[in-house]
Amino acid sequence: MTFKVRQGRRSRHAHGQDAEEDGTLEKLERGVRAVVDSLGGERVFRRRLMEMGLTPGTEVALVNVAPLGDPLEIELRSGRLSIRRHEAAMVRVRR
Amino acid sequence: MKGRRAVVALAGNPNSGKTTLFNALTGSRAKVGNYPGVTVDRKVARLELAGGGEVDLVDIPGTYSLAARSVDEQIALEAMLGMGGLERPELIVFCVDACQPVRGLYLLLQAQELGLRVAVALTMIDEAGRFAPSARALSAALGCPVVELDGRRRRGIAELRAMIGQKLAEATAAADAPGPEAVWRWQPSGELAGHIDRVRAALPAGWPQTQAMALWALMSVGDGDELRGVPDPLRRAVAAVPSGGRAAGCWIDDEAVQARYRWLDREVARLCQGVPDRTLTERLDRILLHRVAGFAVFLAIMFIVFQSLFTWADPAISLVEAAFAWLGDRTRDVMPPGIMADFLVGGVIAGFGSVVVFLPQILLLFFFIGLMEDSGYMARVAYLMDRIMKSMNLHGRAFVPMLSGFACAVPAILATRTMERQRDRLLTMMVVPLMTCSARLPVYTLVIAALFPAGHVLGLFPVQGLMMIGMYLFSAVTALVAAWVLSRRVKPLRGKRLPFVIELPPYRIPRMRDVVRMMWERSSYFLREAGTVILACTIALWALLSFPRATTTDFDARIAAAPSAERVSAIEQERDAARLRDSYGGRLGHAIEPAIAPLGFDWKIGVGIIGAFAAREVFISTMGVVYSAGGDVDENSETLRQRIRSEVREDGRPVYTPLVGLSLMIFFALACQCMSTLAVVKRETRGYRWPLFLFGYMTVLAWAASFAVYQGGRLLGFS
Repeated sequence: MTFKVRQGRRSRHAHGQDAEEDGTLEKLERGVRAVVDSLGGERVFRRRLMEMGLTPGTEVALVNVAPLGDPLEIELRSGRLSIRRHEAAMVRVRR
Repeated sequence: MKGRRAVVALAGNPNSGKTTLFNALTGSRAKVGNYPGVTVDRKVARLELAGGGEVDLVDIPGTYSLAARSVDEQIALEAMLGMGGLERPELIVFCVDACQPVRGLYLLLQAQELGLRVAVALTMIDEAGRFAPSARALSAALGCPVVELDGRRRRGIAELRAMIGQKLAEATAAADAPGPEAVWRWQPSGELAGHIDRVRAALPAGWPQTQAMALWALMSVGDGDELRGVPDPLRRAVAAVPSGGRAAGCWIDDEAVQARYRWLDREVARLCQGVPDRTLTERLDRILLHRVAGFAVFLAIMFIVFQSLFTWADPAISLVEAAFAWLGDRTRDVMPPGIMADFLVGGVIAGFGSVVVFLPQILLLFFFIGLMEDSGYMARVAYLMDRIMKSMNLHGRAFVPMLSGFACAVPAILATRTMERQRDRLLTMMVVPLMTCSARLPVYTLVIAALFPAGHVLGLFPVQGLMMIGMYLFSAVTALVAAWVLSRRVKPLRGKRLPFVIELPPYRIPRMRDVVRMMWERSSYFLREAGTVILACTIALWALLSFPRATTTDFDARIAAAPSAERVSAIEQERDAARLRDSYGGRLGHAIEPAIAPLGFDWKIGVGIIGAFAAREVFISTMGVVYSAGGDVDENSETLRQRIRSEVREDGRPVYTPLVGLSLMIFFALACQCMSTLAVVKRETRGYRWPLFLFGYMTVLAWAASFAVYQGGRLLGFS
């Protein structure tokens, strides 16, 4: 629970200078590379993402946003995945 | 083993070229069935080995991991281990995409931990080019054979065949040995190892008593999982693991998944010299996923799919119908008139006809689905539509089945298999029959033409055309709203907020061979599985409307005395109407009259509704018989329209008013009067529960809506 609250506050600050050091995959600018820091959210979701290669330490980039604003297209481990915005918000990344 | 062919399995990630390899290895014959208890395709085909021997090649559903949450995901594990009555494969060949070997090999590591005999087929070598890892180095790292496959030049198949034969020979030679050993690439921490040992002691008999199975249980069993065959002691053992302050078990996932990837990043990633070129895919995506151009192309493609089902399938459908009508006529010619001829023509031949008539649309739909799947466009459909479909709790891939529902619910329900999750498939199946299918059109045409004026609204828009468009919109909106309501109210359909993570594979040129094979597999599956049910229903319905056989002596006498041929056919039609009235179906129509009277319907419409179960358009011919206009009328028959307009109740008021017509159309739009749909849903869900639910909820909905329209209309002063 505390985890979620903290995350909410962070994403609100993410537009400021904080964005330089860390943020979420959802807030990443297009084409900018970052490294996965940690994953939040439910267990099934975390496991699925990690098993598809999104493990902490992996390089990741937000490549594209679907025309209707959701889902997102991300690049990792030389492949492309599509994940929803609210799921990407649970993935913490650092530059 | 003796007297039985050995089993070799083919496994891999989705989009790893598994199907293409399966087809290339096995030639043309594959038997498609289901895994026991679930509607997940189980394909088996014979594979000839280089030395002349034969084995059964089993296609294991594409997956990224063996850890499972639902029955659908559990199948891959069961098929690899030979659990749940399945045969244990002697060897599992993993298809690994040479462009991204790390992710594909994650699955292989899990299999090695389980102690399975494995080999790797390195696919897409042509696409990866110089960036593909070398087979020799990969084989050394993994400790199992690796064969390179170049799909485009069809290279590597012979080598793979030889390798399979060799591995099987080794396995047979070492038959007394305990089999391959479990290979772990990482050392579980002391804490995790303790839990593994504890859970391992709780593994049920019949499961492999390995550490890997215990780890599988630790990662898969949990709150709200839909796994089957997990006994309570095992559940309790898993639940006893302390959560470590976070959501239960997350730390176990972290440790296991990250350890496996660490090994892969260290040992495999260095074998790949770079990232294969994706510029072509990116260029295409810039157009196909563009907010304007992307949707324009998407709509154009969907229009072609729709148009093909709706229009292009028509000549083939007419041909099938004509062929069966011809067969019926010839049968009547050679047989003495009577009950046997009626049974053969009205029951058996018509029954076969009503099965085969679906083939043109099924073939066409799976042709397009095959093209879209193989080219990589289907993933983009889900990507583009997810936002809209998600708001109704539907899967992005549900769009194609929903659209196909406008043509016919039967192929559309078969198409729900493109979705991986049971819940997504079920929800789509439950709402697809609400879409205005082409069989409803003749009913609407007849009712609109007979009862609504041919004028224009604002002197511009034809009333009848607007009514038709209105019915289409009505059905689309109802289906979407129904999906939303069902997914919130019906427990098995509830969206469990499962993550939507899909791969966007590079665009590839579809292989006709694979597409044609999929069309063949799907249609033969339909004929075998659903066809029998539809045939039986047609015969039952025929019997309902043909028995008991009323005496027709007085009609015969009148026919004999009739002065002209015209008179004869009029009397014959009168006779058929009398027969129908006295049949069980006719009596049933009378029996349900009190139930449908509040909707404005009389017993004759009731008989029409019962007859429409064979297929909705049969309503027209049933009404033709009821109103003595002949059974061969179509929706444009002026005679039938006249009869309908002039039909009066006992008190002299007309039966059919525009309000009754509207009520009837609403009823047809919402009721699931289509035994073929119900038969297919029964086959696809493996039971009576969902077809009964579908029939029940749609009938209640139809009745309530028609009631509201008719009674509401009367309150407002319409008659």
